[in-house]
Amino acid sequence: MEKIFKRGESLYDVATHYCPGCGHGIAHRLVAEAVDSLGIREKTIGVAPVGCAVVAYDYWNFDCSEAAHGRALAVATGIKRVHPEKVVFTYQGDGDLAAIGTNETIHAANRGENLSVVFINNAVYGMTGGQLAPTTLLGQKTATSIEGRTKKAHGYPLKISEMLALLPGVCYIERVSLENPQEVLKAKRAIKQAFENQINNLGFSLVEVLSPCPTYWGLSPKESLDWIKLVMRKEFPLGRIK
Amino acid sequence: MAKTKVLLSGNEAIAQGAIQAGCTFYAGYPITPQNELIAYMAKYLPASGAVKGQAARVFIQAESELAAINMVYGASAAGARAMTSSSSPGISLKQEGISYLAGSQLPAVIVNIMRGGPGLGNIAPAQSDYFQATRGGGHGDYHVIVLAPASAQEAYDLTQSGFDLADKYRTPVMILGDGVLGQMMEPVKLSSRKIKTPPVKSWALCGCAGRKPNIAKSFFLREGALEEFNLKLQKNYQIIQQKEQRFEGLFLSDAKVILVAYGTMARIAKSAISQLRNAGKQVGLIRPISLWPFPERAFQIKNNRVKYLVLELSYGQMLQDVRLAVNGRQQVEFLGRSGGGILSQEQIIDKVKKIL
Repeated sequence: MEKIFKRGESLYDVATHYCPGCGHGIAHRLVAEAVDSLGIREKTIGVAPVGCAVVAYDYWNFDCSEAAHGRALAVATGIKRVHPEKVVFTYQGDGDLAAIGTNETIHAANRGENLSVVFINNAVYGMTGGQLAPTTLLGQKTATSIEGRTKKAHGYPLKISEMLALLPGVCYIERVSLENPQEVLKAKRAIKQAFENQINNLGFSLVEVLSPCPTYWGLSPKESLDWIKLVMRKEFPLGRIK
Repeated sequence: MAKTKVLLSGNEAIAQGAIQAGCTFYAGYPITPQNELIAYMAKYLPASGAVKGQAARVFIQAESELAAINMVYGASAAGARAMTSSSSPGISLKQEGISYLAGSQLPAVIVNIMRGGPGLGNIAPAQSDYFQATRGGGHGDYHVIVLAPASAQEAYDLTQSGFDLADKYRTPVMILGDGVLGQMMEPVKLSSRKIKTPPVKSWALCGCAGRKPNIAKSFFLREGALEEFNLKLQKNYQIIQQKEQRFEGLFLSDAKVILVAYGTMARIAKSAISQLRNAGKQVGLIRPISLWPFPERAFQIKNNRVKYLVLELSYGQMLQDVRLAVNGRQQVEFLGRSGGGILSQEQIIDKVKKIL
C-alpha cells in the first residue's frame, strides 16, 4: 500500500509533554510541515520561548536556540544578522511575546527584521499554573484573577497583533485558530506564508494562533475548541490583519 | 590602518581591539561613560575588513540593555565573535543574559566601563562593580573571566585576548574598566597583523545540513542533568583558575609594603610608589590583571612581615579576594573611596607611611 500521509522529517517521532487537548502539538506540527514543504529544514534555525513550549527543540529536527523569557526576538535578531541566508523563526506564547517581551517584539518588528514569528495565544500562562496573561479575556478566571479579569483591576486583553500591524517594518500579520480542521489548514497556510515572506526578504511576519488550553481554561478539550469559536474569536477576530 | 600608533580613548581602544580580534557582531545601548565605544563601533565596525568565514560585520543599537545582550546571545550561538558594552546600571540589566550565556556555554565579550553606584549613582569613575563582575553577577553557579586593563594600550590588547579566552573556554569574558580608563586618550600601538580568524565552532547554529541539529540552551530538566552540567562548568573554571591568572608585579623582592590595585587605581598607586621609592621607602605593587580568576599566585610571598595595602575605588571589594589569597599569613590594610571620589597619591603616601 502506498503511504500518502506521513510525519515529516522536521518533526521527531516522540511523544510530547503537552496536556491532552493542548494546541502546541498541532502548532509544532504545522511549523514542521511548513519547513518540510519549503525544503528548508537544513537552513532553518528556530528560537524556543520560555513557557509550555520551552523544549520545542526536543520535537523539531533542526537547529534551535533557547531564549530567556521574552527575549526570543532579540536572540533571533542576533542569529539572523549573522546568517542572513538562513531561515530564522521564533515560537512564543502570549506571556513571552506580549508581556515580558513586549519591548523586544515591538522593536524587532519596527526594525523590520526579516524573521517569522509563530505567536501562540491561549489567553493564559500555562507552564506556571494558569495565571492572568496579557491576552486573558475580560471575565476569564485565572489563578491570579480569581473572580475573572476586570478592566478596572487588570486592564484589557492586549491586541498586540493589531498594534504591530501599525509598524511599517511589518509585512504580514494574520490571526488563525486551531478550533477545527478547516481552521488548522488555514493556520498551516499562514505559517508557510510567514516563512515564504522571509525567504523572499519581505521583512517581519507574524502568525497569531488561537490555541486551546483545556487545563487552565477548566474545560474539556472539545469545550475548549468551542470556547475559541464562540468566545475568544469575538475578542480576537480571525483573518489577515496586515 | 596605515599608522601603527594612534591616539585613542580607552573606549575606542577596546572597540578597535574587538575589530582586530575579528568581532563581527556588536549590539549596545548608549550609557555614559562608555558612549565613545558604541559610537566607534557604529562608525567603524560595519566598514572594517571582512572576517574569514563570517558574513558582514553587524552593528545594532538595541532598544535596551536586555535586548543587546540577548542579541549577543543569538549572534554567539550562531558562531560569531560577539560583543556588547555598557556601564554599571546597564550591566545590572544585562546580568540575565550573561547568566544565560554562561549556562549555554556561549562565548562573548562584555565591556563594563564602571561608574558610581548604587542605583543611578553618578557618571564619575568607580570600581564598585567588582563583586558583581567577579562573583558571576547573575543567577546561578557560574563565573565569567574578568580582565581589568589599566591603559588604552592594555585595553586594546586585553580585548583581543578576551575574545580568544571566550572561544577557548566557551565562556563570557568581561572587560572591566572605569570611567577614567574609558575616557582618557593615550597612544595605542595597533597590531600590524591581519584581522584574526575566529576558530570554527562545531556547536554553532548555522543549519543542520549534514549533521544532527545543534541546540543552544541552558535548560536541564532531567533529574541530575543540571548538577552534571554544573560540575562540568566547575571543572572548566578550575582549569581557568590554574591557567589564566594574570598580574603585574613591581618591586616585590624587597617590598615591605605591597600596594594592591587594579585599573586606574593601579596607575595612581604607581605614581605614589615612585615618589615613595625616591624617598627610600621599600614599597611594591601587585596589579591584578585578571580579576577572575584572581591572581592568588602573586600573593605567595614568604616574608611574613610584608604588609599589603589594598587600594580601591570601592569600599573593600577586592580586599576580600586579597584576604582569601593571603589567608592570614600577613597583615592586610585597606584604603578606598567610592561614589566618584578618587584616591590621590598623597592619600596613599600618608597611609603607607602610617603602616610602614
